[in-house]
Amino acid sequence: MGYVVDDLISEFLTETAESLEVVDSELVKFEANPTERKTLDNIFRLVHTVKGTCGFLGLSRLEAVAHAGETLLGRFRDGKLEVTPIAVTLVLHSIDRIKVILAGLEQTGNEPDGDDHDLISQLEAMAEGQAVDLSAVQTVEVPDRPINGEIEPAEINIPSLGVGDIDPATGRALRPGEVSEAELEAAFAAAEGPEGADALQPGDIDPATGRTLRPGEVSEADLEAAFAAAEAPDWMTDATPEPVSEVAPPAPEPVKAAAPKAPAPPESAPSLGGEEAQGIATTQSIRVSVDVLEGLMTLVSEMVLTRNQLLQISRNREDSAFATPLQRLSTLTGELQDSVMKTRMQPIGAAWKKLPRLVRDLSYELGKKIDLVMDGEGTELDRQVLELIRDPLTHMVRNSADHGLEGTEERVQLGKPANGTIKLSAFHEGGYIVIRIADNGRGLNTARIREKIIEKGLASRVEVDALSEQQVHRYIFAAGFSTAAKVTNLSGRGVGMDVVRTNIEQIGGQIDLTSVAGQGTTFTIKIPLTLAIVSALIVGAGAQKFAVPQTAVMELVRTGANAEHRIEKINDALVLRLRNKLLPLVQLGPTLQLEAAKDEDATFVMVIQVGERRYGLVVNDVLDTEEIVVKPLATILRDVDVFSGATILGDGSVVLILDPNAMSERAGNMLEEKAAEETEETAAETGSEKVAMLLFKAGNGAPKAVELEHITRLEHVESSQIEIMEGRAALQYRGKLMPILTVNSDFSGLLSAQSEEHHIQPLLVFTGEGYAMGLAVDEIVDVIEDHMTIELSADRPGVRGTAIVAGRACEILDVDYYHLRGLAEHQRHPATTNEKAVA
Amino acid sequence: MSLRDYVTLRVGGQLFGVDAARVHDVFHPRGLTPVPLSRSEIAGVLNLRGRIVTAVCARRRLGLPPREEGAPEPLAIGLEVHGDSYGLVIDSVDEVLKLDDEKFHAPPGNLPPRWAEIIVGVYQLEKELLIVLDPHTLLDAAHLKAA
Repeated sequence: MGYVVDDLISEFLTETAESLEVVDSELVKFEANPTERKTLDNIFRLVHTVKGTCGFLGLSRLEAVAHAGETLLGRFRDGKLEVTPIAVTLVLHSIDRIKVILAGLEQTGNEPDGDDHDLISQLEAMAEGQAVDLSAVQTVEVPDRPINGEIEPAEINIPSLGVGDIDPATGRALRPGEVSEAELEAAFAAAEGPEGADALQPGDIDPATGRTLRPGEVSEADLEAAFAAAEAPDWMTDATPEPVSEVAPPAPEPVKAAAPKAPAPPESAPSLGGEEAQGIATTQSIRVSVDVLEGLMTLVSEMVLTRNQLLQISRNREDSAFATPLQRLSTLTGELQDSVMKTRMQPIGAAWKKLPRLVRDLSYELGKKIDLVMDGEGTELDRQVLELIRDPLTHMVRNSADHGLEGTEERVQLGKPANGTIKLSAFHEGGYIVIRIADNGRGLNTARIREKIIEKGLASRVEVDALSEQQVHRYIFAAGFSTAAKVTNLSGRGVGMDVVRTNIEQIGGQIDLTSVAGQGTTFTIKIPLTLAIVSALIVGAGAQKFAVPQTAVMELVRTGANAEHRIEKINDALVLRLRNKLLPLVQLGPTLQLEAAKDEDATFVMVIQVGERRYGLVVNDVLDTEEIVVKPLATILRDVDVFSGATILGDGSVVLILDPNAMSERAGNMLEEKAAEETEETAAETGSEKVAMLLFKAGNGAPKAVELEHITRLEHVESSQIEIMEGRAALQYRGKLMPILTVNSDFSGLLSAQSEEHHIQPLLVFTGEGYAMGLAVDEIVDVIEDHMTIELSADRPGVRGTAIVAGRACEILDVDYYHLRGLAEHQRHPATTNEKAVA
Repeated sequence: MSLRDYVTLRVGGQLFGVDAARVHDVFHPRGLTPVPLSRSEIAGVLNLRGRIVTAVCARRRLGLPPREEGAPEPLAIGLEVHGDSYGLVIDSVDEVLKLDDEKFHAPPGNLPPRWAEIIVGVYQLEKELLIVLDPHTLLDAAHLKAA
């Protein structure tokens, strides 16, 4: 719960801190030149924004101060009030007050207690044109640095001089930015303390400069202080109790209506206990502008290129004395590159921040109770990629809430928990980040989608009938497909999933889904961690070289006169026979209108997978693989969509990077037509190719068959090892608990088998990403290769249909169904410790 | 009277000028990698000291005939537009001239449209006219499409 609030507040703090920085400097400008209209407008707008945001977050104290300040500024703006230094000071006071409240807010998560009447009454008086007693306003010292920064802000509380206290030396309140002698001395006294850094109280006067830092100012000493603090985390808990007594008694003489407990450091300071340890950890980070990071990244990229060039030169010289140091340089460059890449990494939680709020609004709007569960917010990825997936993710969560989840009543009737759950999770896998968006709603309506596919003319009835359930589901990614019966305010405009898919594929990602009727839908997105540096294959076509991102390339096939594989022609279309499937081919040279190099050159086919589509790209040669730094093409070249960028190779030449996605689109209709029958999925094998199948018996009825390629292993275990309880079965398998399923979800057979001594239970083991499951069968009959043509479609889950295999009618197992059930078993007892449920 | 520096250059015999402040460098466009399927004005991309520079042929852009056989090696001036590095491929570079703003004239009204939009104005030099080009519209994708 605290998560949402904290994040909203911290975002608000960042924004407000930045706004206030500007207001500060603008006000100073404004005072110097009161006729400068633009400056005033700017200030007014900023304060107004702050006010608005405070109101939105229910921060009443802040809002009241900001409102009074805004009113006064409004008078200036309307020209009804002359701009006097006193007036500006007053406005600055209110800005300072806001900052102090913000500081308290950041530390405790709540607005600190306090009364701002003193300030507000004076602001109002000023706005009314009445005489103003500046001294009536309790002045406050402002934390000396941007409120939000990663460096934990700290209260100004010199032990000898409480916050908002009156400077005893001058007998009047200090103005912001003003430095009293006493303060100076106090600072030195503090700094010269025996403990060195320890004596440095948080937010103290900067000992290096001997003055308080002005808001917005960031000094080296500030940073040092932060580091010192981080090294000695005790200081937080040490926060001296003295200020309590210092502040509590209202200041002496000049202050009339002093706030009883102005910015309340005593409240915040002691609270900096346990939980705040986290805050201390953050003191070790600093905010660096994105520009600096981008600049750094560019430099490192250049360095990588230069390194590559050097390595190339060195490779061609045998005697080189440079070889060893160059090797070292090369390693260092690699490490530097990794480090810099890390600075670009951001937790994916940043892209999820607005989702809890979104889900809450949706929940209200749709009248559904929805829980949003997030797991793995800390998983990092390149901020560029992060930006690109933010919108698709939002859209998908919206979809899940709108279409995926049932209404509360319906859920209750179905015996499901009243609250629907949308679960977001993220984890790393290889060079990818995998993001899952799962809901426990009604699942996709397969029958409706089938109808819709036919209705929209995306496929014929015969084709649709031959598709597996999962293949049918995937049609929701097709352009212009929408199943929502009614277009709601939120979704159902039929552009959604198509756009999501396109966006994700554009950054070299993949999207897939699994759905079980009545149990929910899970979308899985896999995207590369970074786009800046990719591994690529350098290929030759015509007389030119091109780079193809390796992520898209599934395999390379050598073709040509002496090769095993031969390119064949159907009319004008080129195809390749690959493991009994026909792969449509695109010739790189002719597609790019390159002049053909010598014909009958050694030719390679790169099998390229882009989302659902798979095709072969015919190139003359595959030359090398190289880590390339992707550089965007100049604007003038953006209309050439087949290239996603350019890079400089080790030899100094520039090569263009092919966009496999756009390439397949360029290749035209041929692919589109073929796509349906050429998807890699199993049901596409309705043709007459032979498939290796495992025949087995399980449950009652016809013998069953499953394509061998889906099975990871066959296991034979003693039945007694299988643990059966509460309608579930599991087996300790390779150190993990693997769920055991049966074809009819009935474990009686297993139970009776257990009573038999040394009964051996055959299992078909299926594995997926990070999980495994076993399907208990009665008997494994045979492994055969045969044509598989599903002749009768199935009417129950888990069976794709009936086909004649080896002369017998067999039920063909729907592997996807069992995968999902296995996955569901795994998700029933997730590692709850690192999950945070938010309403 | 205020003076302004112009890099003067020749394309197809005509004298052109580009605000010297806009010209980053002058180089030989070598090692060009052609960009398939791109507009005819694009000569290719090249590596200029680690930067990828897009070379645009001025003759093509201005609708002039291609260079004759045996002409001396062309030059390119480095320009930056919208943060992208471009090389405008020209025939030759002359001198840098300091020209008085007072002698600057708006372009005449009878120019062909292809020229009109990329020309800022004209200086009347003693011997000939110096046509001042606007690198921005010259290399801007939107203008290019319209051309």
